[in-house]
Amino acid sequence: MMTATPAVLIENLNFSYGAARVLERINLSIMPGEFIGLVGPNAGGKSTLLKLILGLLEPQTGRIEVLGQAPRRAARRVGYVPQFPSFARDFPISVAEVVALGCLSGSAIWSQHRAADRAAAQQALAEVEALDLATRRLGTLSGGQLQRVLLARALVSAPEMLILDEPTANIDQRVEGEIFNLLATLNQRLTIIVVSHDIAFISAYVSRVACLNRTLLDHDTAAVDDHIISQLYGGHIRRITHRHPHHD
Amino acid sequence: MTDFFTALIAHSFLQTALLAGLLASVGCGVIGTFVVVKRITFMAGGIAHAVLGGMGAALYYGIDPLLGALAAAILAALIIGTVRLKWQAQEDTLIGALWAVGMAIGILFIAKTPGYATDLMSFLFGNILLVPPRELWLMAGLDGILLLTVGAFYRQFLLVTFDEEFARLRGVPVTFFYLLLLCLVAITVVLLIQVVGLILVIALLTLPAAIAGHYVHSLAGMMGLATLLGGAFTTLGLGLSYAPDLPAGPTMILLAGGVYIASALLSHFITYRQARRQATL
Repeated sequence: MMTATPAVLIENLNFSYGAARVLERINLSIMPGEFIGLVGPNAGGKSTLLKLILGLLEPQTGRIEVLGQAPRRAARRVGYVPQFPSFARDFPISVAEVVALGCLSGSAIWSQHRAADRAAAQQALAEVEALDLATRRLGTLSGGQLQRVLLARALVSAPEMLILDEPTANIDQRVEGEIFNLLATLNQRLTIIVVSHDIAFISAYVSRVACLNRTLLDHDTAAVDDHIISQLYGGHIRRITHRHPHHD
Repeated sequence: MTDFFTALIAHSFLQTALLAGLLASVGCGVIGTFVVVKRITFMAGGIAHAVLGGMGAALYYGIDPLLGALAAAILAALIIGTVRLKWQAQEDTLIGALWAVGMAIGILFIAKTPGYATDLMSFLFGNILLVPPRELWLMAGLDGILLLTVGAFYRQFLLVTFDEEFARLRGVPVTFFYLLLLCLVAITVVLLIQVVGLILVIALLTLPAAIAGHYVHSLAGMMGLATLLGGAFTTLGLGLSYAPDLPAGPTMILLAGGVYIASALLSHFITYRQARRQATL
């Protein structure tokens, strides 16, 4: 029987910024179609691990494969939604242009395929229910609208995997639910890794939780209990169980 | 201004000056827009001032100072760009150092070249009335290089100026396009030095694009409007300075600076009124 290639395979990974060790002995295997929540305290190494998976950083030791390739080569097959967009919000650009730029690849020369890219951008915006924003200037969007647009930009190149870093950190709870419902739909065709600080909220959506605080502990959603949370965040904790309304 | 238009028909040096101003405004509109949206004005200033080293050396060795300027500008752009990409923490210090060292080299060379005084003043503050007609061809050629390069790789430049990290993820060679953009800035600086001199270059490079940014919200639109504004400032500056016999470069810059301040206030007022109207709806 053939075994599927893992979407992400990490073995004995260590990473340091200068003298500061950020990640230690990380082992993780994510299979195609999984919806993984990566949780942990601030400065626990979540964003660093994502940057390693995306090929934006190189590990000092250990091995990473993404979709069967080296991370930098695979990056074009991965959609990424950053936590802090690295662009200026007042940049003179429309939403449709931002999304269409997601089609650009390193091999493209001249300004080819512009009409096809525009059509793909419209389709991606429709998929995230943000087609009405297409002609808006980027600087006029609210936090939730910007997240949808960045999600459309990540989807426009038809990726095989989606990586989101705190996609709902700066938006209200109602929109947070809408975005996670959208991710649940996208998970029917894509592998998804989502970073979050809200372990209780994402547990309702993801199939597996990876808890990262320099080292990584990997759990089924149901197995996340007080002991694990305490181990992850340190100190005494009290868990409050509550339900979030799900929107269809 | 009537005197100016009468003289314009009569004197070929004024026609050359007018054309030089219009050719320079293409660079200031197209590349100035990238400088403004990418917020690399200080970097462009460093490139502009380091150019004096190349001009001084060229003058000393009897080469066309404009070619010396072009070589120095591109070298400065590549050094500053490489440091920005690979050695980010020291970026501003290095730009400051290159800025001053380039000027010091230029002044030393010029000091050892006979008849330096007038040349130094025209390098620093420009003299559009002294642009020789043959330089117009060089300026037109440089404009051609700018337009062809930006036209060919418009989307790559757009993505690299908008979001470097995302460009890298898409496999766009960010280092190449970033350094190429700085080389285009260097070419534009050389174009503009002819008109306003290297001290005032930064104003003509940024002000028309910044004014355009108050009213137009696409990169291509900003480029078009900034080119028109650049053409208007150089032409009007030339015209206004003619009758009272003022230096043309500073007149153009004062005009651009005045319009920029008025436009910034107007744009702030418009935004404020829109916000108030929205709040009362």
